[in-house]
Amino acid sequence: MSRLIGFWATHIDELMRLIAQHVLLVAASTAIACAIAIPLGIFAARRPALASPLTVAANIVQTIPSLAMFGFLLPVPLLGGVGPRAALVVLILYGLLPILRTTIAGLRSIDRSIVEAADAMGMTAGERLRLVELPLALPSIIAGVRVAAVVGVGSATIAAAIGAGGLGEYIYRGLSMVDTTVILAGAVPAAILALMVDGLLLALERGLSRRRRDRPVLAAAATLMLALILAATARAARPGEGAIVVGSKNFTEQLILGELLAQAIERAGLPVERRLNLGGTLICDRATLTGDIDAYVEYTGTALTAVFHRGVDNDSARVFDAVRQEYARTGRTLLPGLGFNNTFAILVRAADARARGLRTIDDAARESPRWRAGFGYEFMERPDGYPGLAKTYDLRFPQTPRVMDLTLSYRALASGQVDLIAGDSTAGLIKGLDLVQLEDTRHYFPPYDAAVVARAETLHRYPALRSAVEVLSGRVSTDDMRAMNYAADVEHRDIRSIAAAFLARTR
Amino acid sequence: MPDAALEFRDVSFSRRGVRILDRFSLAVGAGEVIALVGRSGAGKSTLLKLVNRLLVPQSGTVHVEQRDTRDWDPIRLRRRTGYVLQDVGLFPHMTVAANVAIVPRLEKWPDDRAHRRAVELLDLVGLRADAFADRWPDELSGGQRQRVGVARALAIDPPLLLMDEPFGALDPMTRAELHAEFRRIQSAVRKTVVIVTHDMGEAFALADRVGVLDDGRLVVCDVPAALAKSTDGRVRRLLDAVLSLRGGDA
Repeated sequence: MSRLIGFWATHIDELMRLIAQHVLLVAASTAIACAIAIPLGIFAARRPALASPLTVAANIVQTIPSLAMFGFLLPVPLLGGVGPRAALVVLILYGLLPILRTTIAGLRSIDRSIVEAADAMGMTAGERLRLVELPLALPSIIAGVRVAAVVGVGSATIAAAIGAGGLGEYIYRGLSMVDTTVILAGAVPAAILALMVDGLLLALERGLSRRRRDRPVLAAAATLMLALILAATARAARPGEGAIVVGSKNFTEQLILGELLAQAIERAGLPVERRLNLGGTLICDRATLTGDIDAYVEYTGTALTAVFHRGVDNDSARVFDAVRQEYARTGRTLLPGLGFNNTFAILVRAADARARGLRTIDDAARESPRWRAGFGYEFMERPDGYPGLAKTYDLRFPQTPRVMDLTLSYRALASGQVDLIAGDSTAGLIKGLDLVQLEDTRHYFPPYDAAVVARAETLHRYPALRSAVEVLSGRVSTDDMRAMNYAADVEHRDIRSIAAAFLARTR
Repeated sequence: MPDAALEFRDVSFSRRGVRILDRFSLAVGAGEVIALVGRSGAGKSTLLKLVNRLLVPQSGTVHVEQRDTRDWDPIRLRRRTGYVLQDVGLFPHMTVAANVAIVPRLEKWPDDRAHRRAVELLDLVGLRADAFADRWPDELSGGQRQRVGVARALAIDPPLLLMDEPFGALDPMTRAELHAEFRRIQSAVRKTVVIVTHDMGEAFALADRVGVLDDGRLVVCDVPAALAKSTDGRVRRLLDAVLSLRGGDA
């Protein structure tokens, strides 16, 4: 609890900005959903042939998981992509159903005789709608808006996956860091927000249905409250105009690198907007194509195979060159590498390495007939995984390697259940658990050198940007990266201060 | 009737294959109160809806002020025609005063004029404006609601007033009281009034002429005194029901 409050206290500006983004996202999407669903509901209420297919369609939309929806929208021009716009589209789609349904239900539940009276008084269809039907259906419609808004507060946390900001940023950051405090830092305000929205709209609904003389006053008060909140958040959430947008993928190392990149650019006096924690390689890649983000850190091997769909290559320089050319063809520039290679690392206990003088994987091959190995599921299957490794280095384990969860395998090695594992070369646990990486002298593993990818256009527009980023080139060693991952994952230190401390040292 | 305020000419109307009106003809003079009596389902409400063009006849014509309803702008026609609905149909989200002032509001009267008119009408129907103007419909008794319904129908002083079982759902005491009220109001405002009811007693109490509807046709239409002497079986049946209730002293 005190850690949580401490986290908020040190992140108060960021917290306020995320809350503001969250509220704005929900308010805007709910408002637009109203603007679509209420007229549609009015139109459909009198046309049963239309009402049920519409409701079914809206129902189907509702059942699509929101992450899948972001996935569908990713390649759609104008609506999709990365950032608040795509998030807005998804939230609007989710808001349509409850509002549509309650609008239709509200209009249909009006007593026949009252509608007949309106006609008999000589009301035109428009007057009947405005003076009789809408006022009578309003409490029902507001109930739908309330559901849409509350669901929206929840769904909006997922918007962080595509860089739309909001409180989901903490939740995702916490999940990737396995840090409950950070998860709660986002989840608790989101829950409070949902309760507040629910309460406020419930008051509005009650105020409207109670038909008292003070009803306009009540409704006006609730409306004023909503308007005030909106105005306040609109001010706070305004993004930096013309800022350089820095992205990152959604795991600890990427968050640190994104922060490092952002702070390096800020040090050069350029404005930065952070859109960290994006949901994966392909999202980041597309975002640099569309201009939703201007720069992020990619790994050469990943770019080669996952982005450009080319075969595996073991030569670091060749891969870098190939990827640089591919990026150049698509309007992006690959800047010189940061200096570390996040590849598979064959790991042993430091004590064993010292005792037996182990330095390379060849050394380990000698010991392999007496050893047990443990590997992650993925490593057992990948083309650049275990089978090739065993052949290249002539590994002869007496038993087939144990297959286990990647994170667990570090602990299994440290506690002596296995003697050799394949981990990530930059994992903080290597330092934390006193493990040693054996050198891949035969260059079996493809290179995953970290390097900044930036939009060529942005580099052109901000001449100071290139030198600002190149401050990092060749300055982040594998040990540095391990230490920073360790600080974040094991010591639960704040990512911003980890990055700031590193930059202060590299000056 | 050469200058009838309202005239049905050979009107037929059927719904879902069932004939409700069959070559129905009737002329109503200006300022006349006419009551049409028939059993439930005899097409009485349909008759009224034909007058303000909520329905149009399938054959024959309906004339309001010598003009075919098909030639009227339906909105104009309805605003010139006061309508007291069977179940009153007050707007539950509007106060009594707002309900009464609804047609003036549609006619874009200034607010203060509409409000003065509402107060005037509430007085006319015997509801004190200071006590009732700001009440909600669900705070009223059945009789009070009926009075508001009448006040609403009279709001822009329409020449024609249609009343669909206006006092049907009330207890006998309230009903008698409202009958007296109606006669008092009518003597003050002099409208052409068409009342449909299943109750011959009510028809006798309110109308200048009473018509009897049977099987979609007008069997007879005459002043109450003449009607009372009718020997037609269909008329007698309706009359006998009233006479037995009153102990035979009509």
